[in-house]
Amino acid sequence: MRWGFFLREALRGLRRSSAPALAALLTVLLTAVVLGVFIPIVQATTGTANEVRSRVVVDVYIKESASATEQADLRTAIEKTANVKSVEYISKQEALARARDKNPKAFEEGAELLGSNPLPASFRVTPEDPDKLDQVVTRLNAGGEPQLAAIDEVRDREEDTDKILSATGLVKALTAGLAVLLVVASIALIANTIRLSVFARRREVEVMKLVGATNWFIRWPFVIEGIIVGFFGGLLAVLLLGVVKTTFVDPLSDRFALLAAPDTIDFPLLVVVLMFACITVSALGSGITLRRFLRV
Amino acid sequence: MAVANTERVGARPKTPLDVPVVEFNDVTKVYDGGSVAVQSASMRIGRGEFVFLVGPTGCGKSTCIRLLMKELEPSRGEVSIAGRPLSEVPRSRVPYLRRNIGVVFQDYKLLPHRTVYDNVAYSLQVIGESRKEIRRKVPDILRLVGLSTKLHNFPNELSGGEQQRVSVARAFVNHPPLLLADEPTGNLDPETSIGIMQLIYRINRTGTTVIVATHDKEMVDKMRRRVIELREGRIVRDELSGLYRPDESTTEFAVRLRGELGIGAEGHPN
Repeated sequence: MRWGFFLREALRGLRRSSAPALAALLTVLLTAVVLGVFIPIVQATTGTANEVRSRVVVDVYIKESASATEQADLRTAIEKTANVKSVEYISKQEALARARDKNPKAFEEGAELLGSNPLPASFRVTPEDPDKLDQVVTRLNAGGEPQLAAIDEVRDREEDTDKILSATGLVKALTAGLAVLLVVASIALIANTIRLSVFARRREVEVMKLVGATNWFIRWPFVIEGIIVGFFGGLLAVLLLGVVKTTFVDPLSDRFALLAAPDTIDFPLLVVVLMFACITVSALGSGITLRRFLRV
Repeated sequence: MAVANTERVGARPKTPLDVPVVEFNDVTKVYDGGSVAVQSASMRIGRGEFVFLVGPTGCGKSTCIRLLMKELEPSRGEVSIAGRPLSEVPRSRVPYLRRNIGVVFQDYKLLPHRTVYDNVAYSLQVIGESRKEIRRKVPDILRLVGLSTKLHNFPNELSGGEQQRVSVARAFVNHPPLLLADEPTGNLDPETSIGIMQLIYRINRTGTTVIVATHDKEMVDKMRRRVIELREGRIVRDELSGLYRPDESTTEFAVRLRGELGIGAEGHPN
Protein backbone atom coordinates (compact mmCIF):
# COMPACT_ATOMS: atom_id res chain seq x y z
CA MET A 1 0.00 0.00 0.00
CA ARG A 2 2.69 2.41 1.09
CA TRP A 3 5.10 1.74 -1.80
CA GLY A 4 2.21 1.84 -4.21
CA PHE A 5 1.36 5.23 -2.77
CA PHE A 6 4.92 6.48 -3.13
CA LEU A 7 5.09 5.26 -6.70
CA ARG A 8 1.82 6.94 -7.57
CA GLU A 9 3.03 10.15 -5.92
CA ALA A 10 6.27 9.95 -7.94
CA LEU A 11 4.40 9.47 -11.20
CA ARG A 12 2.08 12.32 -10.31
CA GLY A 13 5.11 14.50 -9.63
CA LEU A 14 6.67 13.57 -12.97
CA ARG A 15 3.47 14.26 -14.84
CA ARG A 16 2.93 17.58 -13.17
CA SER A 17 6.46 18.93 -13.53
CA SER A 18 7.17 17.22 -16.81
CA ALA A 19 9.29 20.07 -18.19
CA PRO A 20 11.91 20.08 -15.40
CA ALA A 21 11.81 16.28 -15.33
CA LEU A 22 12.51 16.20 -19.06
CA ALA A 23 15.38 18.64 -18.58
CA ALA A 24 16.83 16.40 -15.88
CA LEU A 25 16.41 13.38 -18.14
CA LEU A 26 18.21 15.11 -20.99
CA THR A 27 21.02 16.15 -18.67
CA VAL A 28 21.43 12.59 -17.47
CA LEU A 29 21.31 11.36 -21.07
CA LEU A 30 23.95 13.77 -22.33
CA THR A 31 26.37 13.31 -19.46
CA ALA A 32 26.01 9.55 -19.69
CA VAL A 33 26.79 9.65 -23.40
CA VAL A 34 29.85 11.81 -22.80
CA LEU A 35 31.00 9.51 -20.00
CA GLY A 36 30.31 6.46 -22.13
CA VAL A 37 32.55 7.82 -24.84
CA PHE A 38 35.17 9.07 -22.46
CA ILE A 39 35.66 5.97 -20.32
CA PRO A 40 36.98 3.80 -23.21
CA ILE A 41 39.12 6.68 -24.43
CA VAL A 42 40.73 7.08 -21.02
CA GLN A 43 41.32 3.36 -20.86
CA ALA A 44 42.79 3.18 -24.34
CA THR A 45 45.11 6.08 -23.55
CA THR A 46 46.34 4.67 -20.26
CA GLY A 47 46.62 1.27 -21.90
CA THR A 48 48.84 2.70 -24.61
CA ALA A 49 50.85 4.62 -22.05
CA ASN A 50 51.39 1.46 -20.02
CA GLU A 51 52.37 -0.42 -23.12
CA VAL A 52 55.00 2.21 -23.84
CA ARG A 53 56.24 2.04 -20.28
CA SER A 54 56.71 -1.70 -20.55
CA ARG A 55 59.45 -0.92 -23.05
CA VAL A 56 61.61 0.42 -20.26
CA VAL A 57 64.37 -2.16 -19.90
CA VAL A 58 67.86 -2.70 -18.49
CA ASP A 59 70.46 -4.43 -20.61
CA VAL A 60 73.02 -6.54 -18.82
CA TYR A 61 75.94 -7.31 -21.08
CA ILE A 62 77.74 -10.55 -20.47
CA LYS A 63 81.50 -10.89 -20.49
CA GLU A 64 82.85 -12.63 -23.56
CA SER A 65 84.82 -14.91 -21.30
CA ALA A 66 81.85 -16.09 -19.23
CA SER A 67 81.17 -19.81 -19.39
CA ALA A 68 77.73 -21.36 -19.87
CA THR A 69 77.35 -22.14 -16.15
CA GLU A 70 78.37 -18.61 -15.22
CA GLN A 71 75.73 -17.31 -17.61
CA ALA A 72 73.09 -19.60 -16.11
CA ASP A 73 74.08 -18.46 -12.59
CA LEU A 74 73.85 -14.84 -13.68
CA ARG A 75 70.40 -15.44 -15.10
CA THR A 76 69.07 -16.93 -11.86
CA ALA A 77 70.73 -14.14 -9.88
CA ILE A 78 69.01 -11.50 -12.01
CA GLU A 79 65.70 -13.28 -11.85
CA LYS A 80 65.91 -13.30 -8.05
CA THR A 81 66.50 -9.55 -7.90
CA ALA A 82 63.58 -7.52 -6.56
CA ASN A 83 61.31 -5.75 -9.07
CA VAL A 84 62.36 -7.94 -11.99
CA LYS A 85 59.48 -9.10 -14.11
CA SER A 86 61.20 -11.05 -16.85
CA VAL A 87 64.65 -11.75 -18.24
CA GLU A 88 65.30 -12.33 -21.91
CA TYR A 89 68.53 -13.79 -23.25
CA ILE A 90 69.89 -12.17 -26.39
CA SER A 91 72.72 -14.09 -27.98
CA LYS A 92 75.51 -12.53 -29.99
CA GLN A 93 73.87 -13.54 -33.29
CA GLU A 94 70.52 -12.19 -32.21
CA ALA A 95 72.08 -8.92 -31.11
CA LEU A 96 73.69 -8.56 -34.52
CA ALA A 97 70.45 -9.40 -36.31
CA ARG A 98 68.56 -6.81 -34.28
CA ALA A 99 71.19 -4.16 -34.90
CA ARG A 100 71.03 -4.94 -38.60
CA ASP A 101 67.25 -4.63 -38.62
CA LYS A 102 67.48 -1.25 -37.00
CA ASN A 103 70.05 0.17 -39.33
CA PRO A 104 70.45 -2.00 -42.45
CA LYS A 105 72.65 0.47 -44.33
CA ALA A 106 75.41 0.49 -41.73
CA PHE A 107 75.69 -3.25 -41.97
CA GLU A 108 75.71 -3.55 -45.73
CA GLU A 109 79.46 -3.62 -45.64
CA GLY A 110 80.01 -3.21 -41.90
CA ALA A 111 79.80 -6.84 -40.94
CA GLU A 112 82.43 -7.76 -43.48
CA LEU A 113 84.58 -4.83 -42.45
CA LEU A 114 84.55 -5.92 -38.84
CA GLY A 115 85.25 -9.48 -39.71
CA SER A 116 83.73 -10.88 -36.58
CA ASN A 117 80.61 -10.03 -34.56
CA PRO A 118 81.54 -7.30 -32.05
CA LEU A 119 78.29 -7.34 -30.13
CA PRO A 120 78.20 -9.06 -26.73
CA ALA A 121 75.46 -11.42 -25.57
CA SER A 122 73.15 -9.85 -23.04
CA PHE A 123 70.19 -10.26 -20.75
CA ARG A 124 67.33 -7.85 -21.31
CA VAL A 125 65.63 -7.23 -17.94
CA THR A 126 62.07 -5.92 -17.83
CA PRO A 127 61.17 -4.37 -14.47
CA GLU A 128 57.91 -4.96 -12.62
CA ASP A 129 57.47 -1.25 -11.96
CA PRO A 130 59.24 1.02 -14.45
CA ASP A 131 59.29 3.85 -11.91
CA LYS A 132 61.55 1.78 -9.65
CA LEU A 133 64.02 0.81 -12.30
CA ASP A 134 66.81 2.23 -10.14
CA GLN A 135 66.43 -0.61 -7.66
CA VAL A 136 67.35 -3.15 -10.28
CA VAL A 137 70.21 -1.10 -11.60
CA THR A 138 71.77 -0.51 -8.18
CA ARG A 139 71.44 -4.18 -7.23
CA LEU A 140 73.29 -5.27 -10.35
CA ASN A 141 75.63 -2.36 -10.72
CA ALA A 142 76.21 -0.57 -7.43
CA GLY A 143 78.33 2.57 -7.86
CA GLY A 144 79.08 1.74 -11.49
CA GLU A 145 80.76 -1.56 -10.52
CA PRO A 146 79.16 -4.80 -11.77
CA GLN A 147 78.18 -6.88 -8.74
CA LEU A 148 78.35 -10.27 -10.42
CA ALA A 149 81.37 -11.85 -12.04
CA ALA A 150 79.89 -12.54 -15.46
CA ILE A 151 78.61 -8.99 -15.98
CA ASP A 152 80.56 -6.86 -18.36
CA GLU A 153 78.36 -3.79 -18.17
CA VAL A 154 74.86 -2.72 -17.06
CA ARG A 155 73.08 -0.18 -19.17
CA ASP A 156 69.66 1.30 -18.32
CA ARG A 157 69.50 3.78 -21.19
CA GLU A 158 68.78 6.47 -18.66
CA GLU A 159 67.73 9.19 -21.10
CA ASP A 160 65.19 7.09 -22.97
CA THR A 161 63.79 5.76 -19.76
CA ASP A 162 63.35 9.20 -18.26
CA LYS A 163 61.64 10.47 -21.38
CA ILE A 164 59.26 7.55 -21.55
CA LEU A 165 58.42 7.76 -17.89
CA SER A 166 57.75 11.48 -17.83
CA ALA A 167 55.76 11.52 -21.08
CA THR A 168 53.54 8.61 -20.21
CA GLY A 169 53.17 9.86 -16.65
CA LEU A 170 51.92 13.19 -17.96
CA VAL A 171 49.45 11.51 -20.29
CA LYS A 172 48.10 9.34 -17.52
CA ALA A 173 47.80 12.24 -15.09
CA LEU A 174 46.04 14.37 -17.69
CA THR A 175 43.47 11.76 -18.59
CA ALA A 176 42.86 10.97 -14.94
CA GLY A 177 42.39 14.67 -14.21
CA LEU A 178 40.00 15.03 -17.13
CA ALA A 179 38.03 11.99 -16.01
CA VAL A 180 37.65 13.39 -12.50
CA LEU A 181 36.61 16.78 -13.85
CA LEU A 182 34.07 15.19 -16.14
CA VAL A 183 32.54 13.10 -13.39
CA VAL A 184 32.34 16.08 -11.03
CA ALA A 185 30.83 18.25 -13.75
CA SER A 186 28.26 15.57 -14.58
CA ILE A 187 27.19 15.19 -10.97
CA ALA A 188 26.98 18.95 -10.47
CA LEU A 189 24.96 19.38 -13.66
CA ILE A 190 22.51 16.63 -12.84
CA ALA A 191 22.14 17.75 -9.23
CA ASN A 192 21.49 21.30 -10.37
CA THR A 193 18.81 20.33 -12.85
CA ILE A 194 17.10 18.21 -10.22
CA ARG A 195 17.33 21.09 -7.79
CA LEU A 196 15.32 23.22 -10.17
CA SER A 197 12.56 20.67 -10.36
CA VAL A 198 12.51 20.22 -6.58
CA PHE A 199 12.71 23.95 -6.00
CA ALA A 200 9.55 24.45 -8.03
CA ARG A 201 7.73 22.35 -5.47
CA ARG A 202 9.22 23.64 -2.24
CA ARG A 203 5.95 25.24 -1.15
CA GLU A 204 4.29 21.89 -1.36
CA VAL A 205 6.98 20.32 0.74
CA GLU A 206 6.42 22.98 3.35
CA VAL A 207 2.69 22.22 3.45
CA MET A 208 3.37 18.51 3.72
CA LYS A 209 5.58 19.13 6.72
CA LEU A 210 2.87 21.22 8.35
CA VAL A 211 0.32 18.43 8.19
CA GLY A 212 2.78 16.11 9.90
CA ALA A 213 4.48 14.18 7.11
CA THR A 214 7.79 12.65 8.14
CA ASN A 215 10.84 13.54 6.09
CA TRP A 216 11.01 10.15 4.44
CA PHE A 217 7.32 10.21 3.63
CA ILE A 218 8.01 13.35 1.61
CA ARG A 219 11.36 12.21 0.31
CA TRP A 220 10.54 8.78 -1.10
CA PRO A 221 8.40 10.00 -4.00
CA PHE A 222 11.19 12.40 -4.97
CA VAL A 223 13.79 9.66 -4.77
CA ILE A 224 11.61 7.36 -6.88
CA GLU A 225 11.20 10.18 -9.38
CA GLY A 226 14.99 10.45 -9.46
CA ILE A 227 15.33 6.73 -10.04
CA ILE A 228 12.85 6.83 -12.92
CA VAL A 229 14.54 9.83 -14.53
CA GLY A 230 17.99 8.29 -14.05
CA PHE A 231 16.84 4.96 -15.43
CA PHE A 232 15.35 6.36 -18.61
CA GLY A 233 18.18 8.87 -19.12
CA GLY A 234 20.72 6.09 -18.73
CA LEU A 235 18.74 3.71 -20.92
CA LEU A 236 18.51 6.20 -23.79
CA ALA A 237 22.21 7.00 -23.44
CA VAL A 238 23.13 3.32 -23.57
CA LEU A 239 20.94 2.76 -26.61
CA LEU A 240 22.53 5.73 -28.34
CA LEU A 241 26.03 4.49 -27.49
CA GLY A 242 25.12 1.01 -28.70
CA VAL A 243 23.93 2.33 -32.03
CA VAL A 244 27.03 4.48 -32.50
CA LYS A 245 29.27 1.58 -31.51
CA THR A 246 27.78 -0.95 -33.91
CA THR A 247 27.43 1.41 -36.86
CA PHE A 248 30.62 3.47 -36.64
CA VAL A 249 33.19 2.17 -34.20
CA ASP A 250 33.09 -1.57 -34.83
CA PRO A 251 33.66 -1.38 -38.60
CA LEU A 252 36.55 1.04 -38.07
CA SER A 253 38.23 -0.80 -35.25
CA ASP A 254 39.90 -3.19 -37.70
CA ARG A 255 41.86 -0.32 -39.09
CA PHE A 256 42.57 1.78 -36.04
CA ALA A 257 44.53 0.24 -33.24
CA LEU A 258 43.35 2.72 -30.64
CA LEU A 259 39.70 1.81 -31.21
CA ALA A 260 40.48 -1.85 -30.89
CA ALA A 261 42.63 -1.36 -27.81
CA PRO A 262 42.34 -4.67 -26.03
CA ASP A 263 42.08 -3.57 -22.43
CA THR A 264 39.12 -1.19 -22.80
CA ILE A 265 35.96 -1.90 -20.88
CA ASP A 266 33.51 -4.43 -22.31
CA PHE A 267 30.33 -2.89 -23.62
CA PRO A 268 28.00 -4.86 -21.30
CA LEU A 269 30.06 -3.79 -18.29
CA LEU A 270 30.02 -0.20 -19.53
CA VAL A 271 26.22 -0.41 -19.77
CA VAL A 272 25.94 -1.65 -16.19
CA VAL A 273 28.32 1.02 -14.88
CA LEU A 274 26.53 3.83 -16.70
CA MET A 275 23.04 2.73 -15.67
CA PHE A 276 24.12 2.35 -12.08
CA ALA A 277 25.81 5.77 -12.06
CA CYS A 278 22.80 7.50 -13.67
CA ILE A 279 20.29 6.02 -11.28
CA THR A 280 22.39 6.60 -8.19
CA VAL A 281 23.31 10.18 -8.99
CA SER A 282 19.77 11.05 -9.97
CA ALA A 283 18.15 9.43 -6.94
CA LEU A 284 20.69 10.82 -4.49
CA GLY A 285 20.41 14.22 -6.14
CA SER A 286 16.66 14.32 -5.58
CA GLY A 287 16.91 13.07 -2.04
CA ILE A 288 19.69 15.38 -0.99
CA THR A 289 18.45 18.59 -2.57
CA LEU A 290 15.20 18.13 -0.68
CA ARG A 291 17.02 18.36 2.61
CA ARG A 292 17.07 22.13 2.48
CA PHE A 293 13.33 22.36 2.21
CA LEU A 294 12.66 19.74 4.84
CA ARG A 295 14.05 21.91 7.61
CA VAL A 296 10.78 23.42 8.71
CA MET B 1 -9.94 2.43 12.70
CA ALA B 2 -10.30 1.85 16.40
CA VAL B 3 -6.70 0.74 16.51
CA ALA B 4 -5.48 3.84 14.73
CA ASN B 5 -7.44 5.97 17.12
CA THR B 6 -6.09 4.43 20.29
CA GLU B 7 -2.64 4.75 18.84
CA ARG B 8 -3.06 8.41 18.33
CA VAL B 9 -4.40 8.93 21.82
CA GLY B 10 -1.68 6.69 23.17
CA ALA B 11 1.00 8.84 21.61
CA ARG B 12 -0.34 11.73 23.63
CA PRO B 13 -0.71 10.47 27.17
CA LYS B 14 -4.24 10.86 28.39
CA THR B 15 -4.15 14.02 30.37
CA PRO B 16 -6.11 14.69 33.49
CA LEU B 17 -8.47 17.61 33.14
CA ASP B 18 -6.36 19.96 35.20
CA VAL B 19 -3.33 19.70 32.90
CA PRO B 20 -3.61 22.53 30.40
CA VAL B 21 -3.56 21.57 26.72
CA VAL B 22 -1.30 24.52 26.02
CA GLU B 23 1.00 26.19 28.46
CA PHE B 24 3.44 29.03 27.89
CA ASN B 25 5.82 29.46 30.79
CA ASP B 26 7.67 32.75 30.65
CA VAL B 27 8.35 32.34 26.95
CA THR B 28 10.59 34.75 25.08
CA LYS B 29 11.38 34.50 21.40
CA VAL B 30 14.08 36.65 19.91
CA TYR B 31 14.69 36.22 16.20
CA ASP B 32 18.22 35.96 14.87
CA GLY B 33 18.07 39.54 13.68
CA GLY B 34 17.53 40.63 17.28
CA SER B 35 13.85 41.59 17.02
CA VAL B 36 11.84 40.42 20.00
CA ALA B 37 8.64 38.69 18.91
CA VAL B 38 7.37 37.37 22.22
CA GLN B 39 8.48 38.55 25.62
CA SER B 40 7.98 36.74 28.91
CA ALA B 41 4.61 35.38 27.86
CA SER B 42 2.83 33.01 30.23
CA MET B 43 -0.58 31.50 29.64
CA ARG B 44 -2.52 28.33 30.25
CA ILE B 45 -5.22 27.11 27.94
CA GLY B 46 -7.38 24.28 29.18
CA ARG B 47 -8.98 21.43 27.36
CA GLY B 48 -11.90 22.36 25.15
CA GLU B 49 -11.33 26.09 25.40
CA PHE B 50 -11.85 28.53 22.55
CA VAL B 51 -9.27 31.29 22.72
CA PHE B 52 -8.65 34.35 20.59
CA LEU B 53 -5.13 35.69 20.37
CA VAL B 54 -5.57 39.30 19.37
CA GLY B 55 -3.40 42.29 18.75
CA PRO B 56 -2.02 44.39 15.91
CA THR B 57 0.24 42.92 13.27
CA GLY B 58 3.69 42.16 14.54
CA CYS B 59 2.55 41.67 18.12
CA GLY B 60 3.70 38.06 18.20
CA LYS B 61 0.49 36.15 17.46
CA SER B 62 1.93 34.18 14.56
CA THR B 63 5.11 33.53 16.50
CA CYS B 64 3.02 31.94 19.27
CA ILE B 65 1.34 29.67 16.71
CA ARG B 66 4.68 28.72 15.19
CA LEU B 67 6.14 28.02 18.62
CA LEU B 68 3.27 25.64 19.28
CA MET B 69 4.01 23.76 16.04
CA LYS B 70 7.67 23.59 16.99
CA GLU B 71 8.48 25.42 13.81
CA LEU B 72 10.46 27.72 16.07
CA GLU B 73 12.20 27.16 19.36
CA PRO B 74 11.70 29.67 22.18
CA SER B 75 14.82 31.61 23.15
CA ARG B 76 13.84 31.31 26.79
CA GLY B 77 11.04 29.67 28.73
CA GLU B 78 9.05 26.58 27.90
CA VAL B 79 6.10 25.79 25.69
CA SER B 80 4.18 22.66 26.69
CA ILE B 81 1.39 20.82 24.99
CA ALA B 82 -0.70 18.49 27.11
CA GLY B 83 1.85 18.76 29.88
CA ARG B 84 4.72 17.78 27.64
CA PRO B 85 7.47 20.36 27.15
CA LEU B 86 8.14 20.80 23.44
CA SER B 87 11.86 21.12 24.08
CA GLU B 88 11.78 17.43 24.99
CA VAL B 89 10.29 16.47 21.64
CA PRO B 90 13.18 15.39 19.39
CA ARG B 91 13.26 16.64 15.82
CA SER B 92 12.37 13.26 14.45
CA ARG B 93 9.15 13.22 16.50
CA VAL B 94 7.99 16.65 15.37
CA PRO B 95 5.87 15.22 12.53
CA TYR B 96 4.01 13.08 15.08
CA LEU B 97 3.45 16.13 17.25
CA ARG B 98 1.97 17.96 14.29
CA ARG B 99 -0.44 15.16 13.54
CA ASN B 100 -2.11 16.02 16.82
CA ILE B 101 -2.43 19.68 15.87
CA GLY B 102 -4.70 20.90 13.12
CA VAL B 103 -3.62 24.15 11.49
CA VAL B 104 -5.48 26.70 9.39
CA PHE B 105 -3.66 29.57 7.75
CA GLN B 106 -4.62 32.90 6.27
CA ASP B 107 -3.31 31.82 2.88
CA TYR B 108 -4.91 28.33 3.13
CA LYS B 109 -1.67 26.51 2.22
CA LEU B 110 -3.39 23.93 0.07
CA LEU B 111 -1.47 21.70 -2.32
CA PRO B 112 -2.20 23.50 -5.58
CA HIS B 113 -2.02 20.52 -7.90
CA ARG B 114 -4.29 18.23 -5.95
CA THR B 115 -8.04 18.15 -5.91
CA VAL B 116 -10.04 19.08 -2.83
CA TYR B 117 -10.43 15.39 -2.10
CA ASP B 118 -6.70 14.67 -2.42
CA ASN B 119 -5.76 17.65 -0.30
CA VAL B 120 -7.81 16.37 2.59
CA ALA B 121 -6.79 12.77 1.93
CA TYR B 122 -3.11 13.72 2.11
CA SER B 123 -3.19 14.37 5.84
CA LEU B 124 -4.69 10.91 6.30
CA GLN B 125 -2.15 9.29 3.98
CA VAL B 126 0.56 10.89 6.06
CA ILE B 127 -0.51 8.98 9.15
CA GLY B 128 -0.75 5.77 7.16
CA GLU B 129 -4.53 5.50 7.13
CA SER B 130 -5.88 2.75 4.90
CA ARG B 131 -7.46 3.63 1.60
CA LYS B 132 -10.78 2.33 2.75
CA GLU B 133 -10.78 4.62 5.76
CA ILE B 134 -9.74 7.54 3.60
CA ARG B 135 -12.61 6.90 1.24
CA ARG B 136 -14.97 6.90 4.16
CA LYS B 137 -13.64 9.87 6.11
CA VAL B 138 -12.84 12.42 3.43
CA PRO B 139 -16.34 12.73 1.94
CA ASP B 140 -17.72 12.88 5.48
CA ILE B 141 -15.60 15.79 6.53
CA LEU B 142 -16.14 17.58 3.23
CA ARG B 143 -19.88 17.25 3.73
CA LEU B 144 -19.43 18.78 7.18
CA VAL B 145 -17.72 21.85 5.72
CA GLY B 146 -20.25 22.04 2.91
CA LEU B 147 -18.07 21.14 -0.04
CA SER B 148 -19.47 17.77 -1.00
CA THR B 149 -20.13 18.98 -4.54
CA LYS B 150 -16.56 20.16 -5.15
CA LEU B 151 -14.60 17.02 -4.35
CA HIS B 152 -12.79 16.97 -7.66
CA ASN B 153 -12.13 20.64 -8.14
CA PHE B 154 -8.65 22.07 -7.81
CA PRO B 155 -7.98 24.80 -5.25
CA ASN B 156 -7.64 27.52 -7.89
CA GLU B 157 -11.16 26.77 -9.06
CA LEU B 158 -12.59 27.62 -5.64
CA SER B 159 -13.41 30.90 -3.95
CA GLY B 160 -11.33 32.03 -0.99
CA GLY B 161 -14.00 30.95 1.47
CA GLU B 162 -14.23 27.53 -0.10
CA GLN B 163 -10.47 27.11 -0.05
CA GLN B 164 -10.45 27.98 3.63
CA ARG B 165 -13.15 25.38 4.19
CA VAL B 166 -10.93 22.79 2.56
CA SER B 167 -8.11 23.87 4.81
CA VAL B 168 -10.36 23.53 7.89
CA ALA B 169 -11.48 20.11 6.69
CA ARG B 170 -7.87 19.04 6.27
CA ALA B 171 -6.98 20.32 9.73
CA PHE B 172 -9.85 18.49 11.35
CA VAL B 173 -10.07 15.23 9.43
CA ASN B 174 -7.77 13.52 11.95
CA HIS B 175 -9.82 14.88 14.84
CA PRO B 176 -6.78 16.44 16.50
CA PRO B 177 -7.14 17.52 20.13
CA LEU B 178 -5.79 20.98 19.28
CA LEU B 179 -6.67 23.28 16.40
CA LEU B 180 -4.60 26.37 15.62
CA ALA B 181 -5.83 29.02 13.24
CA ASP B 182 -3.59 31.87 12.13
CA GLU B 183 -5.76 34.69 10.76
CA PRO B 184 -8.25 32.22 9.28
CA THR B 185 -10.52 35.02 8.08
CA GLY B 186 -7.80 37.47 7.10
CA ASN B 187 -8.48 37.21 3.38
CA LEU B 188 -12.23 36.78 3.53
CA ASP B 189 -15.22 39.06 3.46
CA PRO B 190 -17.29 39.37 6.67
CA GLU B 191 -20.07 37.08 5.52
CA THR B 192 -17.68 34.28 4.53
CA SER B 193 -15.71 34.87 7.71
CA ILE B 194 -18.76 34.14 9.79
CA GLY B 195 -19.17 30.85 7.97
CA ILE B 196 -15.59 29.87 8.71
CA MET B 197 -15.77 30.91 12.36
CA GLN B 198 -18.99 28.98 12.68
CA LEU B 199 -17.19 25.95 11.37
CA ILE B 200 -14.31 26.40 13.79
CA TYR B 201 -16.72 26.91 16.63
CA ARG B 202 -18.47 23.72 15.68
CA ILE B 203 -15.16 21.90 15.85
CA ASN B 204 -14.59 23.42 19.28
CA ARG B 205 -17.94 22.05 20.40
CA THR B 206 -16.71 18.53 19.73
CA GLY B 207 -14.16 19.05 22.51
CA THR B 208 -11.23 20.26 20.47
CA THR B 209 -9.20 23.06 21.97
CA VAL B 210 -9.10 25.96 19.52
CA ILE B 211 -6.70 28.87 19.39
CA VAL B 212 -7.45 31.55 16.81
CA ALA B 213 -5.01 34.33 16.15
CA THR B 214 -6.85 37.22 14.56
CA HIS B 215 -7.23 40.93 14.28
CA ASP B 216 -10.81 40.64 13.14
CA LYS B 217 -12.29 42.89 15.81
CA GLU B 218 -15.92 42.36 14.89
CA MET B 219 -15.61 38.63 15.02
CA VAL B 220 -14.01 38.67 18.45
CA ASP B 221 -16.61 41.06 19.78
CA LYS B 222 -19.45 38.93 18.50
CA MET B 223 -18.12 35.62 19.73
CA ARG B 224 -17.41 36.69 23.29
CA ARG B 225 -14.89 34.01 24.09
CA ARG B 226 -11.67 34.11 26.01
CA VAL B 227 -9.37 36.79 24.62
CA ILE B 228 -5.64 37.03 25.12
CA GLU B 229 -4.25 40.29 23.86
CA LEU B 230 -0.65 40.66 22.83
CA ARG B 231 1.12 43.93 22.37
CA GLU B 232 4.72 44.12 21.27
CA GLY B 233 5.22 40.55 22.35
CA ARG B 234 3.75 40.90 25.83
CA ILE B 235 0.45 39.54 27.05
CA VAL B 236 -1.41 42.64 28.17
CA ARG B 237 -4.86 41.18 28.74
CA ASP B 238 -6.46 37.81 29.35
CA GLU B 239 -10.24 37.87 29.72
CA LEU B 240 -12.56 34.94 29.93
CA SER B 241 -15.24 36.45 27.75
CA GLY B 242 -13.76 39.48 26.22
CA LEU B 243 -14.04 41.96 23.45
CA TYR B 244 -11.32 42.77 20.98
CA ARG B 245 -10.86 45.92 23.07
CA PRO B 246 -12.48 46.23 26.47
CA ASP B 247 -15.45 48.57 26.67
CA GLU B 248 -14.40 52.13 26.80
CA SER B 249 -16.27 55.34 26.98
CA THR B 250 -16.00 57.76 24.12
CA THR B 251 -13.74 59.87 26.30
CA GLU B 252 -11.35 57.05 26.91
CA PHE B 253 -11.50 56.24 23.23
CA ALA B 254 -10.53 59.75 22.26
CA VAL B 255 -7.70 59.87 24.77
CA ARG B 256 -6.34 56.60 23.55
CA LEU B 257 -6.61 57.57 19.93
CA ARG B 258 -4.87 60.88 20.54
CA GLY B 259 -2.19 59.09 22.48
CA GLU B 260 -1.69 56.66 19.66
CA LEU B 261 -1.58 59.41 17.06
CA GLY B 262 0.83 61.39 19.18
CA ILE B 263 -1.46 64.38 19.68
CA GLY B 264 -1.38 66.01 23.12
CA ALA B 265 -4.24 65.47 25.57
CA GLU B 266 -5.20 69.15 25.52
CA GLY B 267 -7.91 68.71 22.88
CA HIS B 268 -11.61 68.72 23.70
CA PRO B 269 -12.44 65.63 25.64
CA ASN B 270 -16.04 65.86 24.40
